[in-house]
Amino acid sequence: MAKRRIVLTFPPSMVEKPLTYRLVKDFDLAINILYARIVPRESGRLVIELSNSSEENINAGIRFLEEQGVSVEPLSKEIRWDEKECINCGACTAVCHSDALYMNPETWKLEFDKDKCIVCEMCVPACPLRIISVTF
Amino acid sequence: MGFRRTYEEINEKIKTGRVVVVTAEEIIPMVEEKGVEAVAREVDVVTTATFGPMCSTGAFLNFGHSDPPIKMTRVWLNDVPAYTGVAAVDAYIGATELSESAGFEYGGAHVIEDLISGKPVKLKATAYGTDCYPRREIETYITRDTINQAYLFNPRNAYQNYSVAVNSSDRIIYTYMGTLLPKLGNATYCSAGQLSPLLNDPYYRTIGIGTRIFLGGTQGYVAWEGTQHSPSVSRTEKGIPIGGAGTLALIGDLKQMDRRFIRAAVFHKYGVSMYVGVGIPIPILDEEMVQFVSVKDEDIHAPIVDYGVGRRSKPTYGTANYKELRSGKITINGKVVPTAPLSSLAKAREIAETLKTWIREGKFFVQRPVQSLPAEQLTKPLEIRQMNEFK
Ligand code: SF4
Ligand code: SF4
Repeated sequence: MAKRRIVLTFPPSMVEKPLTYRLVKDFDLAINILYARIVPRESGRLVIELSNSSEENINAGIRFLEEQGVSVEPLSKEIRWDEKECINCGACTAVCHSDALYMNPETWKLEFDKDKCIVCEMCVPACPLRIISVTF
Repeated sequence: MGFRRTYEEINEKIKTGRVVVVTAEEIIPMVEEKGVEAVAREVDVVTTATFGPMCSTGAFLNFGHSDPPIKMTRVWLNDVPAYTGVAAVDAYIGATELSESAGFEYGGAHVIEDLISGKPVKLKATAYGTDCYPRREIETYITRDTINQAYLFNPRNAYQNYSVAVNSSDRIIYTYMGTLLPKLGNATYCSAGQLSPLLNDPYYRTIGIGTRIFLGGTQGYVAWEGTQHSPSVSRTEKGIPIGGAGTLALIGDLKQMDRRFIRAAVFHKYGVSMYVGVGIPIPILDEEMVQFVSVKDEDIHAPIVDYGVGRRSKPTYGTANYKELRSGKITINGKVVPTAPLSSLAKAREIAETLKTWIREGKFFVQRPVQSLPAEQLTKPLEIRQMNEFK
């Protein structure tokens, strides 16, 4: 199974178009929405994972999105957490919607599940010790 | 009536290595299993601790005299202003003071942490010059080891309970309780709960002026009641205050501290603060003390306060207890709200364990308070008044 994580940014005029429906129907892609910020009359941001047995379908789907005026970027940024400087306060977990950062309920130490991270970057300013950063 | 033990007996046991010490978390199942009386006989000391952001923190510094000498009128440490309206080379650096060059990213707390870490800190001072203090300016570097004296004096630490913060407004807000998401998107809380010092001695029977404590990795003392000490707030049947109540002013030698237990912090768009590690031993003088130290998270209730309203009195949404808060979600008006801590329970546990080891190894003795903290008192607000109102 081929998979790709991408970040879509689309202009306000596109917000109401049924883009994901077309991806499913025309290109047979399975879509996993990791993050969505879509406000009517503002530009939208969507982080999705596309999967299909063939790379070709994924490429065709991405071409379709670009033709529609959507900007498509690979999800290449990463969150870096300087674990040895961490005081395990938990302040970063308050803003992590995807549960990538969470407190271990036994030890009350912070844990980071990279696979769940959608790189929304909310945790970066939320950490009072300034030990979370984004790398490109 | 009942079993009794004195401070002297405990210290004698510490000296001879026979003392029994457990943490305020460990004693809970012991009491459930063996009962209050048996535990009172068995355990001499219970250690409590907290590691949370405490803005009301700072250090008194005495720089020593230069040649020719200077009577400092303005002082900066790594560009962070310190207060020097005291004698010639005395200054107080407050944790929340901001750097004049780095703004929110560096402040008094960072200066304190740098000093504790042994890093050189740039000292700049200006003066008007006098006959006995002719020098008008100085620029030099100081470290923990070269400075004459440096001790923490924190006007308000170790809050006895605190509020839970939420935000009902429709925009994200940045507070000293962390980032609060709109429309009750999250809730933050800030107490070590059942391990927290003043929640284990709710009426200040053993924590008072002169109590020897763990402060930032070394021994320190309770100097006074903390600012905004407010013991007369409403309490539960078990005597636990619902929300912020008692506070402590703490003192300890900065030169002996360890940055593992005291750290500078930046709250986004709010300012600089300092995580301070405090540990307090509670002597088991009788059965009543066992009852106090066996307080559990579910017995501790905190008001849920709406920080989305920028006024002195903020609306509240009832209370939540610490067991619920630690479960990761609470329900407010039927809505499930995820919770997150701000104070580090993992660090608090490390402090309670460290203090336990110090006592067991005969390095730390319990101290009877020289005077109790006020048992009744409420915080007075600041009102806008005119001079003629006092006539
Ligand atoms: S960027 Fe931070 S807040 Fe956002 S999902 Fe990743 S870990 Fe969570
Ligand atoms: S906010 Fe920073 S210091 Fe606190 S737990 Fe998260 S990463 Fe660690």
